[in-house]
Amino acid sequence: MNILSLLVLIPLLTIAGILFLKDTQKTRLVSAIGMGIQLIVAAVLVFMYLSERKAGNTDEMLFVRSYEWFKSLNIYYTVGVDGISVAMIALTSIVVIAGIFASWQVENLTREFFISLILLSSGVFGFFISLDLFTMFLFYEVAVIPMYLLIGIWGSGPKEYSAMKLTLMLMGGSALLLVGILGIYFNSAPGGGELSFNILEISKIQIPIEAQRFFFPLTFVGFGVLGALFPFHTWSPDGHASAPTAVSMLHAGVLMKLGGYGAFRVAMFLMPEAADEMAWIFIILTSVSVVYGAFGAIVQKDLKYINAYSSVSHCGLVLFAILMMNKTAMTGAILQMISHGLMTALFFALIGMIYGRTHTRLIHEMGGLMKVIPFLGVVYVIAGLASLGLPGLSGFVAEMTIFFGAFEHTDPFHRIATLVAVSSIVITAVYILRVVGTLLLGPIKNDHFNHLEDATWFERISTITLVVAVAAIGVAPYWLSTMIGDSMLPIVNKLLTANPF
Amino acid sequence: MTTDFGYALLIPLIPLLMFLLLGLAGNQLKARLSGLLGTIGLGVVFVLSYYTAYKYFFATEKIAGAFSKITAFDMVWLRFSDSLHINMGILLDPISVMMLVVISTVSFMVHIYSLGYMKGEVGFERFYAFLSLFSFSMLGLVLANNIFQMYIFWELVGVSSFLLIGFYYQRPTAVLASKKAFIVTRFADLGFLIGILLLSFNTGTFDFSILCDPQGAAIATGSGAAFLGLSVMTWSLIFVFMGGAGKSAMFPLHIWLPDAMEGPTPVSALIHAATMVVAGVYLVARLFPVYIISAPDALVVVAYIGAFSSIFAAVIACTQTDIKRVLAYSTMSQIGLMMVGLGVSGYGGHEGLGYMASMFHLFTHAMFKALLFLGAGAIIHAVHSNHMTEMGGLRKYLPITHITFLIACLTIAGIPPFSAFFSKDEILVAAWHHDKLIFAVEYIVAGLTAFYMFRLYFNIFWGKETHYHHTPHEAPAVMTIPLIFLAFLSVFSGFIPFSKLVTTDGIPFEGHIDWSLALPSVFIGLVGIIIAMVMYKKETSLPDKVAATFKHGYKWAFNKFYMDEVYMFVTKKIIFAYISTPVAWFDRHIVDGSMNGISRLTNAFSFRIREFQSGQLQKYGFVFISGVLLLTFLMVYLWN
Amino acid sequence: MNNGIPLQYFLILASIMFFVGIYGFLTRRNLIGILMSVELILNSVNINFLAFNRYLYPDRLEGLFFSLFIIAVAAAEAAVAIAIIINIYRRFSTVNVEHVNEMRF
Repeated sequence: MNILSLLVLIPLLTIAGILFLKDTQKTRLVSAIGMGIQLIVAAVLVFMYLSERKAGNTDEMLFVRSYEWFKSLNIYYTVGVDGISVAMIALTSIVVIAGIFASWQVENLTREFFISLILLSSGVFGFFISLDLFTMFLFYEVAVIPMYLLIGIWGSGPKEYSAMKLTLMLMGGSALLLVGILGIYFNSAPGGGELSFNILEISKIQIPIEAQRFFFPLTFVGFGVLGALFPFHTWSPDGHASAPTAVSMLHAGVLMKLGGYGAFRVAMFLMPEAADEMAWIFIILTSVSVVYGAFGAIVQKDLKYINAYSSVSHCGLVLFAILMMNKTAMTGAILQMISHGLMTALFFALIGMIYGRTHTRLIHEMGGLMKVIPFLGVVYVIAGLASLGLPGLSGFVAEMTIFFGAFEHTDPFHRIATLVAVSSIVITAVYILRVVGTLLLGPIKNDHFNHLEDATWFERISTITLVVAVAAIGVAPYWLSTMIGDSMLPIVNKLLTANPF
Repeated sequence: MTTDFGYALLIPLIPLLMFLLLGLAGNQLKARLSGLLGTIGLGVVFVLSYYTAYKYFFATEKIAGAFSKITAFDMVWLRFSDSLHINMGILLDPISVMMLVVISTVSFMVHIYSLGYMKGEVGFERFYAFLSLFSFSMLGLVLANNIFQMYIFWELVGVSSFLLIGFYYQRPTAVLASKKAFIVTRFADLGFLIGILLLSFNTGTFDFSILCDPQGAAIATGSGAAFLGLSVMTWSLIFVFMGGAGKSAMFPLHIWLPDAMEGPTPVSALIHAATMVVAGVYLVARLFPVYIISAPDALVVVAYIGAFSSIFAAVIACTQTDIKRVLAYSTMSQIGLMMVGLGVSGYGGHEGLGYMASMFHLFTHAMFKALLFLGAGAIIHAVHSNHMTEMGGLRKYLPITHITFLIACLTIAGIPPFSAFFSKDEILVAAWHHDKLIFAVEYIVAGLTAFYMFRLYFNIFWGKETHYHHTPHEAPAVMTIPLIFLAFLSVFSGFIPFSKLVTTDGIPFEGHIDWSLALPSVFIGLVGIIIAMVMYKKETSLPDKVAATFKHGYKWAFNKFYMDEVYMFVTKKIIFAYISTPVAWFDRHIVDGSMNGISRLTNAFSFRIREFQSGQLQKYGFVFISGVLLLTFLMVYLWN
Repeated sequence: MNNGIPLQYFLILASIMFFVGIYGFLTRRNLIGILMSVELILNSVNINFLAFNRYLYPDRLEGLFFSLFIIAVAAAEAAVAIAIIINIYRRFSTVNVEHVNEMRF
């Protein structure tokens, strides 16, 4: 049994296990155990990957397995990982386990909730290990659809509206994506021969430039919708505001990364020439969205909206870095995905916990919470500091790598775009400190808040897991950055053939 | 004879460990114990730093007559590309060793002092955890062997400053002040970061030893393309200076410093007087070879901003009544003076007098300003007020504080033989030889400094007899011992032969006092003191009359030239009202509106065409039959 | 006899019946009326089948059988339709199609 397929199988087995249970307590336990095993498998995978590399294996993808699925269309179930996907898998398993613990208190339809949540995560894992465009797309849909149920059933506020909006916009993205993927498929054998969905095989040939020009924007925007590409990001504030805690965590933490990951693994990697031609359009869009999201966050009143806009800003940075098309910036993009995944999951977890206590998410109704819930308060401050790029936490490493990578371009266009993006660090500081100052510090505004209780054991597990990961990357980024950077080489080499700048 | 400085790694690591220990387990420890732990940790650092200084200056062989730059530790932390990587290292050279002494001394004194000052406060262990964090970051900053490491620790000192200013987090003013400090310095750091980006891509390295090598290739490649008449190198250094100006509270980025006085007084002494705020000076000094060789224009900027800030702050200091604010503006003024020292300096030998004097002044300033703040803390501790209008005649109640405070005031006024006389005089000499205008400004500042310090002194210790609710009493020994120690340093540190230790190129030169300039500066200091004495020693109506004479000027200075209002306007009005709110509106209504619009359009379209589904059987039949007929017609008549 | 009546006569009769049926189908509001119209249409088709069979392939029987089928189907259909109509009448107390419009948007 291939270790990669285990990653998809374990969540499915966990779901099967939950189906036989009636008791909510047992459901939680089984989910936690299943995802705990998943975390261990991910850790083993990281370890196996590193030792394999150490042993001198220089293949682009490791642990590759391929099973025939639809012979007539050349669809295979092909899996394999490089350093980037290994890192993303590690991120996902951490966020998922934190999400499970953060939703310990879901009372309504507990079984169904955990089933959807785990189904979603299996889609995400499947996406990251797929090397076949068709299976990749399949897993992408598996990850997106449960989101509708999770928000629509367990959400809050105008949940039906938000769920509908989110799903429709993402489906719109998938529609573009499907066209893009089929476009790649039908152009995968320009010299005649068998068409292919396999990413590695397609990367060896050059798709005709006319086809690239047409299909690159479709694919990029298709993934970009999920990656909160301006102006297709508006599902994010509403969606996050209505989603239950764990769903926000998974969505912002992991699902939005599918967009960034796909954008570069499929759109950029397979169609480098068109990417090079059209990068400028998207660089403008993303550098605008970096600043725009940050400004948008400043005046929001709802904690989740602040975070949603902050995600727009940070995810904009991911796409921005990908478009810079050099090793440093793209490594930074992956680091930013991981870093943002962890800290935004942490944020949403905390917001959920605070909301569970104060029953409001409006910041001006709260104040002085640090005094009554010091644990959550301190963790919130840590998350905020990570978000504004404090050294020693993961955000700094990622942002700096991106800025330096982007600055490697010497022409004025790229440099000005970079400076615009860099200026977001100040604006980020403004909105983070505004929230921290209003929410946690100052006098206690409401007498009811005097009796709030600090974090319970499962909330502590959930947040500490994430904090440790954020700090670990921030303190010792070297191995992670190197692992990603090395895997970036084949991709960058392919891009360089298109643009030897 | 050994050059093994490997143990130097412990110097920043001990406070880090203390921070982790106190931060994670602090609330399990007894408050007293955690304070003691922090203090002992810093005590070890203090000893190690003095040992390092001794070993570096006196027991290490010089190379070609110059102090060598020793890299005690180095490792790659993060790799960007093959040539650019961030290292974590420890660089020992004259200025970093000097800063080690300054930081460890002041920090250790503040640790001891706080045992008394903060006694019984809620969050005592948190206070010590933050102090340790600050000490760690500050030590890491000065020991940095590359500019990026410096930036990392630069940010960390920023955040520890933020945490300490906001220590009393339930006071809204403290929260606002900490926020302001962080955001203003963050804005400055943006400049610093841009500067680093430009600098590193011009020179291809972060490493100070390559960057600052006067013969090195890095500097030579600097004179690149020009932009707005200045070379890229100049721009990058101006941006770097912007970072320094933010941390060092230079005009116009100074507005956070007076508000930062909301923090506990020992914090003000440590961070906002002695160590963190001079980081900007240290930064310019660290990059001094780059400045002087590839971008002398940037140094002119440094000098003028320094000079303007120093007189600007001195004028404001004359009108404030909150003693900590007076000291804050005084700090800003003195740092301006240090910047001037750097700005008017040349390179090599006696030419580098300004540089040496600036570092010298940094050293003496740290001692006497820490002393002033700690003294102010003792006073505030005794009378529970920050305002000198509520004080007077305290010399009877606080004898030790009184004497040490007087020493500090005499020092800052530049009266011989106190230490600042030597350092300030040398800056003035360097300014005189370089730029007469700057000299004139600094000369006036010297007089103003003496005036406002003694205004403070007389108002607190002499002046009117004030009735106190509780009889003020002298602070406990843990607080007075640091005062005495620092007073001792303030008096005698002027005799340290700095020109033999800290110079631009590491080669010692012979310093001497230029009495033709020293005497006039002593004179103006005395004039300032005498005016202050006349106005404030006894309670008179003279100060009010003077204030009334310069009514408008006084009002402007009292309101700090309305800089806060300008900033409030920029942030509240421009950023909040004219950028963010429209952006948020735009996003909700235009961007999201168009998405909703698409869905509404689809909806409306469906609404229209649903009429087809009328439920009327015969309508369907009619459509069906007409369709069939139409098709038949088409097939029969048109297809042939 | 078969020479006496030309094919056209049958066809014309069938067409008239067919269009009368169509007309009735579209204009009658009474369900029974609609059912009768449908029967007319079916019978016009039957006439066509028989007439063509007789004139074109007099030696074969497909047309005859086909019309037998149609008659059988029509009978079944009438049975089902009347059952439906009775149900509709029970439910709506009317057999007017305009009032039976539950299956609309």
